[in-house]
Amino acid sequence: MLETFLFFLFAVVAVVGALGMLIARNPVSSALCMIMTLFAIACLYVTLDAAFIGVIQVLIYAGAIMVLFLFVIMLLNLESVPRLEQLDWRKVAAFVLGIAVLAELLAVISLRLDVLPEAVASSEAAEAASATNIGIALLTEHAFSLEMIGVLLLAATIGAVMLAKKRFV
Amino acid sequence: METSVLLIIVLPLALAAFNGLMGLFVPAYRKNEWIIGGLGTAAVAIPFVLAVKLFLGFHGEPEVVTYFTWMAAGDLQIEFAYRIDQLSLVMTLIVTGVGALIHLYSIGYMHGDAGYWRFFAFMNLFIFAMLNLVLAENLLVLFLGWEGVGLCSYLLIGFWYTDLKNSAAANKAFIVNRIGDFAFLLALFVIFAVVTEKIDGSFGFDFTTLLAPETLNLFGAGTLLGVVLLFFVGATGKSAQIPLFVWLPDAMAGPTPVSALIHAATMVTSGLYLLARLSPMVLMAPAAMTVIAVVGALTAIMAATIAITQHDIKRVLAYSTVSQLGYMFLAVGVGAYFVAIFHVMTHAFFKACLFLGSGSVIHAMHHVEHELEHKGVLGSNGEPNDDPLKRVELPYEGDFDAQDMRTMGGLRKYMPWTAGTFLVATLAIAGIPPLAGFFSKDEILFKAFELGYNGEMWAYFVWIVGVVTAVLTAIYMTRAYLLTFEGNPRWPDAMDTKPHESPWTMTAPLVVLAALAVVGGFVGLPAVLGGSKIHHFLVHDGRGPVAEPLHELHVSPSIEWGLLFLGLAIASGGVLFAWFVIRWGARGPEADASVKRFFGPLYGTFSRKYSVDQFYQKVIVNPVVNGARLVFAPFDENAVDGAVNGVAKMVQGMALRLRGIQTGVVQHYALAFVLGVAVVLALMLFA
Amino acid sequence: MHLALNWYLSLSAILFVIGVLGVLLRRNAIVIFLSIELMLNAANLALVAFSQTFGDVNGQILVFFVMSVAAAEAAVGLAIIIALFRNRETVNVSEINLFRG
Repeated sequence: MLETFLFFLFAVVAVVGALGMLIARNPVSSALCMIMTLFAIACLYVTLDAAFIGVIQVLIYAGAIMVLFLFVIMLLNLESVPRLEQLDWRKVAAFVLGIAVLAELLAVISLRLDVLPEAVASSEAAEAASATNIGIALLTEHAFSLEMIGVLLLAATIGAVMLAKKRFV
Repeated sequence: METSVLLIIVLPLALAAFNGLMGLFVPAYRKNEWIIGGLGTAAVAIPFVLAVKLFLGFHGEPEVVTYFTWMAAGDLQIEFAYRIDQLSLVMTLIVTGVGALIHLYSIGYMHGDAGYWRFFAFMNLFIFAMLNLVLAENLLVLFLGWEGVGLCSYLLIGFWYTDLKNSAAANKAFIVNRIGDFAFLLALFVIFAVVTEKIDGSFGFDFTTLLAPETLNLFGAGTLLGVVLLFFVGATGKSAQIPLFVWLPDAMAGPTPVSALIHAATMVTSGLYLLARLSPMVLMAPAAMTVIAVVGALTAIMAATIAITQHDIKRVLAYSTVSQLGYMFLAVGVGAYFVAIFHVMTHAFFKACLFLGSGSVIHAMHHVEHELEHKGVLGSNGEPNDDPLKRVELPYEGDFDAQDMRTMGGLRKYMPWTAGTFLVATLAIAGIPPLAGFFSKDEILFKAFELGYNGEMWAYFVWIVGVVTAVLTAIYMTRAYLLTFEGNPRWPDAMDTKPHESPWTMTAPLVVLAALAVVGGFVGLPAVLGGSKIHHFLVHDGRGPVAEPLHELHVSPSIEWGLLFLGLAIASGGVLFAWFVIRWGARGPEADASVKRFFGPLYGTFSRKYSVDQFYQKVIVNPVVNGARLVFAPFDENAVDGAVNGVAKMVQGMALRLRGIQTGVVQHYALAFVLGVAVVLALMLFA
Repeated sequence: MHLALNWYLSLSAILFVIGVLGVLLRRNAIVIFLSIELMLNAANLALVAFSQTFGDVNGQILVFFVMSVAAAEAAVGLAIIIALFRNRETVNVSEINLFRG
């Protein structure tokens, strides 16, 4: 029962944060709403017994990436957008399409999940997703991918430096 | 065995490629006439030696050598295979033997020509194609050679292509030949259709299968008649028979050795070779044989009458070739295939000799022309000088022409070797015994008579035409000899301008060919004189490649003797008639007046060449050209171009409207992306 | 046994669609970028839910990699935005139409 309550609590927080990000006129507000969503999602991870991923989520997203966003927003000193943007047919179409996709996704979730295998007990799942097991899997089975992620991050760092240098573009 | 055949085939090709490529890419090489000519001649002489070796080692059983699979598609398997038997050996000996002599001759004749290397490359390529034609084991390899010789003929007729006249002649030869080739292809299709359905694993293109009685029995009588007639149409194209003979006289635009090799000795006989090779098939279509005989006879007499009126020495020989080819088809038509091949052989000897002799004469007359131009008597293009002091009279209107017999005469004094060999070859073609032409021509006429004597009345008709043609042959050839070599010189300033004999590379082949024209006939003696060796060799008691009619024909020896003497009489009668009318009756060009008087109103028809060219121009060429201009040109401009431009306009219009989609704003693209996602999801849900 | 998988997946779908709408509707490049991050997170949530429901650790490994890629993407993407802003004095994507032919 507690679990259900926590899920809905964090789910509501996440959706409200996401909507806030979507409709805030000031980019800084958007970013802050986004941080709220990310926290909520981290909490959901914890309720799923995936504590490791939850912690990582807070560290990387809320701690690193969002700070980077805020930093850039401040750096560019962006102003808020004017209140009423013109409502053209493209915006209406986008909205309708988005709702249609959502409806379809929900239909898929409610109608087509019967093909999935049997679920396991939550204690067993928590055991499988413990930090130890994730670490073993990462450094044995997925060691090569891990190295490649390192290379990718290095390349991204160099690329970011190059792009942000003056008179580059 | 396999190696020799391979060498025979490949050597001409290899040296054609060598001379051609070296000449093309190494300009300095073009000057080495002796190397080019020597290699070119060796490329034909070595195969000749190999062919002689094969001939001497031949034991009477046909052999097939297969080198590789040319094409394989499903069950269809076409091998690159060659066939060594009596017929292909005889043809190979003719092609390489006469070919080698003509190559040797060309070393001297083509001296100084800018396209020397090109000439020998083309000639060797021709020999390669011709050997493919005569040695082929299946109809497709034969067709390869068939098209190859046509191509080389085209290239060599238009050898001096800077003169539009020569290019036109080359085009004419090529296009007319296409008509025959088309018929040949149709015949192949019919064979394919008939044989494929019935015999598993074989498509009837190889001669061993095709000519087997079981295969031939698959054809219905009507189909067989059609196939044979189609092959005959193909043969009329290549071998210059009615109605496709018009290209051969024009083909004389090429260098004279080309005329000798391709348009007298070898390529034009490929139609005969084809019919002889297919003789078991042709024999089963008697109606087609009648057509062949009649067409051959008509061609023979038509060309002979035209030859009497011609002034250009090479044209006389060209029409003579057409006429002699008509004789050979006559022989095929009366079922005497081996005689046709026999006449192919003897004709190759004396006609090559005549052409080469005429080449020698033209060579000398060119020298005269250059000397006259040097003296200023003639302008640089051979036109008479306008200066009244130096004015000369030509026996005819227009420019000096080194090939016109009206400006020749008396050349025997200056070029004895040429004159002697030309005389021998003239007597041989006229049919004076015991020269080669007598035996082969007499055998053809005898076979025609024999068939008539045994009940086929139409054979009498072709026999009579043949006899008349024989008289005409004797007359026009004697006329050509007399106008060229006897009497007084008729070129301007003849006292001081002297032609001279050609170099040994040119006279040596003449002597060899003249000798062959003397003795060549002895392989085919008539029955009363001991029997024909070539008949025995080719027919081989029914087991050889050349078939014979099965029914027995009988003519008493006394009649055969009578016909022999008739042959002697008509030949010598013709020669003597011409000799008296032209040599002693009148001199030089005036002689033609007496010939004209003799034939009366017919002469005009002859000299207009029966207006065949004009007829084709009016009935075929003009309607086609006009039709193209009236119907197809507007069609092309409006419908075809309209379609092309319309497509372009449509695309342009669509692009103008569609470019609005490309806003450059990424969000708009993302919108389309999401639309796609929605559609895919919908498909997953509802489909 | 956790709460029914359907709930997590539904939440994931809702967050994802909000992200899609952000990409389609907003003009500010930075907010669009944030929306993309939101979509990634929605996918992560689904992955973790699946992983925990079926006791398979590989789903969380994938989440880990997605986060790394998102970090790299954020670094490069923000650098691009800075460079763009320096050139065009705007981050409004409707004014940036270099793709227009």
